Amino acid sequence: MQDFTAAVGLAVRLLATADPDLVEIVSLSLQVSLTALIIAALVGLPLGACLAIGRFRGRSVAIVVVNALMGLPPVVVGLIVYLCLSRAGPFGVLGLLYTPAAMIIAQTVLVLPIIAALSRQILEDLNRDYDEQLRSFGVGWRGSVATLLWDARASLATVLLAGFGRAIAEVGAVIIVGGNIDHVTRVMTTAIALETSKGNLALALALGLVLLLIALAVNALAAALRQSMPEAARA
Amino acid sequence: MPDIARPMTASAITGPGDGSADIHPFGEGRSGAAPSPADAILPLGVRGLCYRAGGRPLVGPVDLDLHHGVKTAILGPNGAGKSVLLRLMHGLLTPTAGTIRWNGRIADAGILRRQAMVFQTPVLLRRSVAENIAYVLRLRGWPRAQRATRVGEMLALGRLGDFARVPARVLSGGEKQRLALVRALAARPEVLFLDEPTASLDPASTAAIEAIVERAAAAGTKIVLVTHDIAQARRLADEVVFLDRGRLVERSAAFRFFARPASPEAAAFLAGDLLY
Ligand SMILES: Nc1ncnc2c1ncn2[C@@H]1O[C@H](COP(=O)(O)OP(=O)(O)OP(=O)(O)O)[C@@H](O)[C@H]1O
Ligand SMILES: [Mg+2]
Repeated sequence: MQDFTAAVGLAVRLLATADPDLVEIVSLSLQVSLTALIIAALVGLPLGACLAIGRFRGRSVAIVVVNALMGLPPVVVGLIVYLCLSRAGPFGVLGLLYTPAAMIIAQTVLVLPIIAALSRQILEDLNRDYDEQLRSFGVGWRGSVATLLWDARASLATVLLAGFGRAIAEVGAVIIVGGNIDHVTRVMTTAIALETSKGNLALALALGLVLLLIALAVNALAAALRQSMPEAARA
Repeated sequence: MPDIARPMTASAITGPGDGSADIHPFGEGRSGAAPSPADAILPLGVRGLCYRAGGRPLVGPVDLDLHHGVKTAILGPNGAGKSVLLRLMHGLLTPTAGTIRWNGRIADAGILRRQAMVFQTPVLLRRSVAENIAYVLRLRGWPRAQRATRVGEMLALGRLGDFARVPARVLSGGEKQRLALVRALAARPEVLFLDEPTASLDPASTAAIEAIVERAAAAGTKIVLVTHDIAQARRLADEVVFLDRGRLVERSAAFRFFARPASPEAAAFLAGDLLY
């Protein structure tokens, strides 16, 4: 309990003084996770749409695989990305290991299946409604994908939030590929893990509270955007 | 009042009371009618059309010619294959045998764009009422300014003016059906397929739908209406195509069909109606 009171006090103090270390860690966390989210969305949404409306061989296998990848343990992803980026690995020459780029790659790999699998389900349900009507309109597959993505945008925004949540909260993968190097690859979760292991529970908890605040802020922002949408879009 | 469809290429409207009892005896062209201009999509020629699914024949073989200027009703009992036939003609289903030709041509994307269909249960986009109409116009490449005008016209035609900004999903059944209909007409299709557009509507809503269909027909849109509402076919149709268990049993001018159906199936269908 003492720890908790101390943690709240510390968190308030860190935030109020805009502690430079804290600011650095928070902004790196946001940069890495937002970049990973954007890349995962750019690939995952079209992939989800293809799986939703495509008629190709191996589609059902692909759906099972993508769904299963949602449950991928972050440490395993971290390990695989580590092996790929390590000096002896296929992408070793790029020298990305222990850089923010490596963390972005790992988080992208983690978030991509979530976005693809959940958007696939949403778009497939909507397409069941729309399919015949869109074909009757003479909409091609490209137009269908665009229409489905647009008309499902409110649900898809929730999917992106879930993806962002997984990225920013994740520790196992980024600690392996990032290495938690101070001022280079230290993000909120790795800092929390480090401070906990050092016994600085108050600082660890304070960082945890800040992480919670960020999650709340992001979701509040999304809710506000949703509210400002015309009512028809929220169908 | 808005005009509903671009006036069509010259082709006489044939209907009951003009002395030509058999409007278009099927299998033959119209004797004496001017040949369709090369860019017309009608007449629609259906030859040996069959559709099988689930290991059984659902439709066919059907031979049928549909001409411009005539309102065609496809009548038949539940499960006769009316909806399947309509989807085949519109191009939503691929026939297992036979051909469909639009003025001699196989349907392509360009021909699909000149038709529209209203489904038995309307499928509305999850957008506002006005956006539902604008969507089709955008798809057909209408410039923005004309789009706005046309959306206004269509809202007025469907008496949906008060609902322009409302999400389409909150409309009542009748309003949804009116929206689906005016949306289908927005881009001035030359052929309009209607699958029981008034199946669950009250008499007033039915009358509203029928009035819009009549105006579209008067403005030159070819109407192909599936219904099992005999009274509606009587009110709207110039000719009747009667379908039973996937086969085209009878095809004749409406007044003749209702006065003296030639086939026992059609007679039984009409008699069944009298029981209620
Ligand atoms: N994809 C399909 N697979 C198997 N059977 C089908 C399929 N589509 C339609 N059918 C069957 O084909 C028959 C004709 O269906 P259709 O919907 O054309 O009937 P309908 O004349 O429109 O009837 P209603 O008046 O009830 O709308 C029905 O028995 C239906 O069950
Ligand atoms: Mg039907």
